[in-house]
This record gives sequence, C-alpha cells and structure tokens, in this order.
Amino acid sequence: MSDASINTQASTNEASFGDYFALLKPRVMSLVVFTAAVGLLAAPGSLHPFEAFCAILFIAVGGGASGALNMWFDSDIDQKMKRTQGRPIPAGKVQREEALAIGVALSGFSVVMLGLATNFVAAGLLAFTIFFYAVIYTMWLKRWTPQNIVIGGAAGAFPPMIGWAAVTGGVAIESVLMFTLTFMWTPPHFWALCLFMKSDYKDAGVPMLHVTHGRRVTRNHILVYTILLAIIAIGMAFTGVGGPIYLTTALVLNALFLAGAVSIWRRDEDVSEADGYKREKAFFALSLLYLFLHFGAILAEALLAPYGLGGW
Amino acid sequence: MSFKEPHELHKRRFGRNLGVALVLTSFIFIVFGLTYVKITRGDYEPANASVER
Repeated sequence: MSDASINTQASTNEASFGDYFALLKPRVMSLVVFTAAVGLLAAPGSLHPFEAFCAILFIAVGGGASGALNMWFDSDIDQKMKRTQGRPIPAGKVQREEALAIGVALSGFSVVMLGLATNFVAAGLLAFTIFFYAVIYTMWLKRWTPQNIVIGGAAGAFPPMIGWAAVTGGVAIESVLMFTLTFMWTPPHFWALCLFMKSDYKDAGVPMLHVTHGRRVTRNHILVYTILLAIIAIGMAFTGVGGPIYLTTALVLNALFLAGAVSIWRRDEDVSEADGYKREKAFFALSLLYLFLHFGAILAEALLAPYGLGGW
Repeated sequence: MSFKEPHELHKRRFGRNLGVALVLTSFIFIVFGLTYVKITRGDYEPANASVER
C-alpha cells in the first residue's frame, strides 16, 4: 500500500471532532444533565453557581465516558443492529481502541474533577455509576439475562442522586426516590421500544425480554412496571421534593401512562402490526415526556419554594 | 517543510484540532474559575489561620 492510498483512505473515512463527541452519546447525556441538575437544585443547601455548573458538566462527562466504554465493548452488537449501525465505531470512523482510551481517560478525569469541585461522596457515586454501566450492565447483564434493562437501568437513575450529593455531601430519602423514579421508568420505556424495533436485538443475539420470553410476556411486564411506577411517582408527591405542582403533574401523566400500558397489554401482535405499532410508538414518545415533566415538576417546586409557592 | 504552506493533513484535521484546542482552553478556564471561587470563599485558609495569637 502506498502513502497515497493510505492518505485517500484516511480522508474518506476520517473521524471528525463530532464523531469523537458522538462516542459520549449526547442524547443520553442530555437526560443525565437534566436529571442531575434537578437533583442539585432540589437539594437543601446551595452551591456557588460556577461550582454547580462544573458539577453538572463533570457528571455529564462521566456519563459520556461510560457511553464511550459501552460503544467500545458493544461494537460487535452495534454493527448488527440497524438502530446503532451509524455509531462511530461500526461506521468505521473511530477505532475501538480510541473509544476505550477516551472512555477510560474521561472516567478518571470526571470523577477526580467532580471530587475536587464538590465532594468525594458525589465523586464516589459517579465512579460507581460509570462502573455499573460499563461493567455490570454492558459487560455482564446485557448479554446474559433478559432482566438486563431492569437492573442496568440503575446506571441511568444515579445522576439526580449525584447532583443531590454534590450539594449535601450525602444521600437522602428524596434523592433515593428520584433514583427510584428513573429506575422504575426505564423498563416500560425500553420494552416499548423493543416491541416496535422488531428483530434488531434478536439479530444481535441480545437476550432482551421479548426475544427470550416473547412479546406477550413483554406486554404484561410493561403493564406491571407501569403500575409500580405510578405508585412511586404519585407517592413522591408527599415527600420533601413534592408539592401541588408535582402532584397534579404526576396524577395526569400517570393516568395517561397507565392508559397507554393497558392499551399495549390488550393488544396482540396482529393488531399492532396492522397499524404499524402506533400505540407502542405513542407510549414510547409519552415515556420521554413523562420523565421530563416529572423532573420538571420537582424543579418547579424547588425553584418556587423560596417564594412560598413550592412544596406543601 | 515550510510553515507557510500547511500540509494537506493540517487542513483536513483543522476541525478536529480546533475542537481539541477549544476543549483544552475551556478546561483552563474551568480550573481557574473553580480555584477563584474556592479561594475567595475561604475554603483553603492556611492551617494556622484560626489559631489565636
């Protein structure tokens, strides 16, 4: 191979800065940023605005680092699934080793910087979150059990707890409840996606619930988890982070979410296939709004509290 | 190689290099800002500052 051919090959498939940034899963990072910010703002006490900005930034970087480690380890799966074929590694833009190096370097960087910016309880929680997502979920649970998304969902649920710990230096019932809200939300959210993503996971050999136990069982599980989620979400209204705004939001959203879950439960594959999984897709879209508005309501309660409007 | 005529590689990787430069510059400002906030708030008083003379 001549120098010229190397250069041509490099120029056609060379990674841009955006490709490296895509390793950090920016869309997941936006959820991390939002929930961490709510945890931070809802916590009793305060941080200097610049410290708060840095805390959220380092939590986001830590979340991104775990995303890069996930892309490094799962590049074989990503190559087989339509949804993930465009990611930087399967697209041939970034080398696996580069993703590993970026993931490890940013993990260490984010944990140390969060510790220095706030405290080492928050940093420890961030380190555990990265470990949980990269090792427990990605390397172990994902390829081993259909409960992968149930247990693995914990990784995405930690950011509000980290935000809370950044301010208080500890863990409280309210921060655990915010964790539980996201934790219980993840399975119905993801299983709804699985129902209309058809054979993607099967092709990749990932033992998702609908692959191992069938779509009927998945529909049943969506309903059960949505009922449990509703109990937790509405119950949170009567804790320190709740209030009338949160209660109203939770009542409306959980009624809609339960109606969606019941609708999915009552349908079978033939009906769903006939209308192109319309209800499943609507439920998935609602699930995104569901989490955003619940945390938005917690934020509203926290921001209005100094004016005597938020909380009970 | 002359500095006046950048190699094709430098042109091709300009975006990537600019991104890295911006990230590193931002990091300098973040460390500076954090240091300023913590010092001005008195987080890092000398160990003997509270000893009454």
